[in-house]
Amino acid sequence: MPSPQPVPRQRPKYYDLNLLHLPMPGLVSIFQRITGVVMFLFLIPAVLYVLQCTLGSETGFNSWKAIFSEPIVKLIVLGFVWSYLHHLFAGIRYLLLDIHIGTSLQPARASAKVVLVLGLIGTLLVGVRIW
Amino acid sequence: MPTKKIPVGAHYGWQDWLAQRVTAIIMVLFSIVIIGFFMIKGGANYGDWKELFRSQLFRILALLFFLSVYYHAWIGIKDVLMDYIKPAGLRISLQVLVLLLLLACSIWSVTIIWGT
Repeated sequence: MPSPQPVPRQRPKYYDLNLLHLPMPGLVSIFQRITGVVMFLFLIPAVLYVLQCTLGSETGFNSWKAIFSEPIVKLIVLGFVWSYLHHLFAGIRYLLLDIHIGTSLQPARASAKVVLVLGLIGTLLVGVRIW
Repeated sequence: MPTKKIPVGAHYGWQDWLAQRVTAIIMVLFSIVIIGFFMIKGGANYGDWKELFRSQLFRILALLFFLSVYYHAWIGIKDVLMDYIKPAGLRISLQVLVLLLLLACSIWSVTIIWGT
């Protein structure tokens, strides 16, 4: 009688890749990464191009002023504003963690929440300002 | 002659770590200057905008800001590529591409700030 094949032990697998299930500090961290990549790919060339056009001539300045008054463009700008602000506030949080401020679990979770809220409030304020 | 043996690493990681933070602080300070300008000037017109970039001090600060952005982006994107792109050839190619793009951006920034 052949010996039974060893049955591989069933290990529990739990790959929770849903961003919404990340704890707050994880969310802040992955958003900082995503916003960084997005800004590298799109914001840097966009800023340079707009800067070149608006400084180049008064016609260029005025045509970009008109483009920026379009609602859809304002939404895109707000997306970049959120990216920039979130990345900035998350970065300040890391600087504080570097100097051992707020490294234990509860303060780290609280500061992560503060970063997310500040990014959204800042974006809201800019939104009110440009609308 | 006995030499002190360094047990781990090439010790260049701290340079990236420090540069990432120094460039970040430069960018925060410059952001505050720019936000201040728009708070005071409100809806800037072409004249104000040109006037701002005519100041040599502002030009230097602006270039310092842009170079900080590119150095910061280089470190950040390099880390992202090292985390996600496993085949070495592809990863190094992408890193070279990113480096060249950022160098090109540096040159472009100089031409915009001083040339227009």
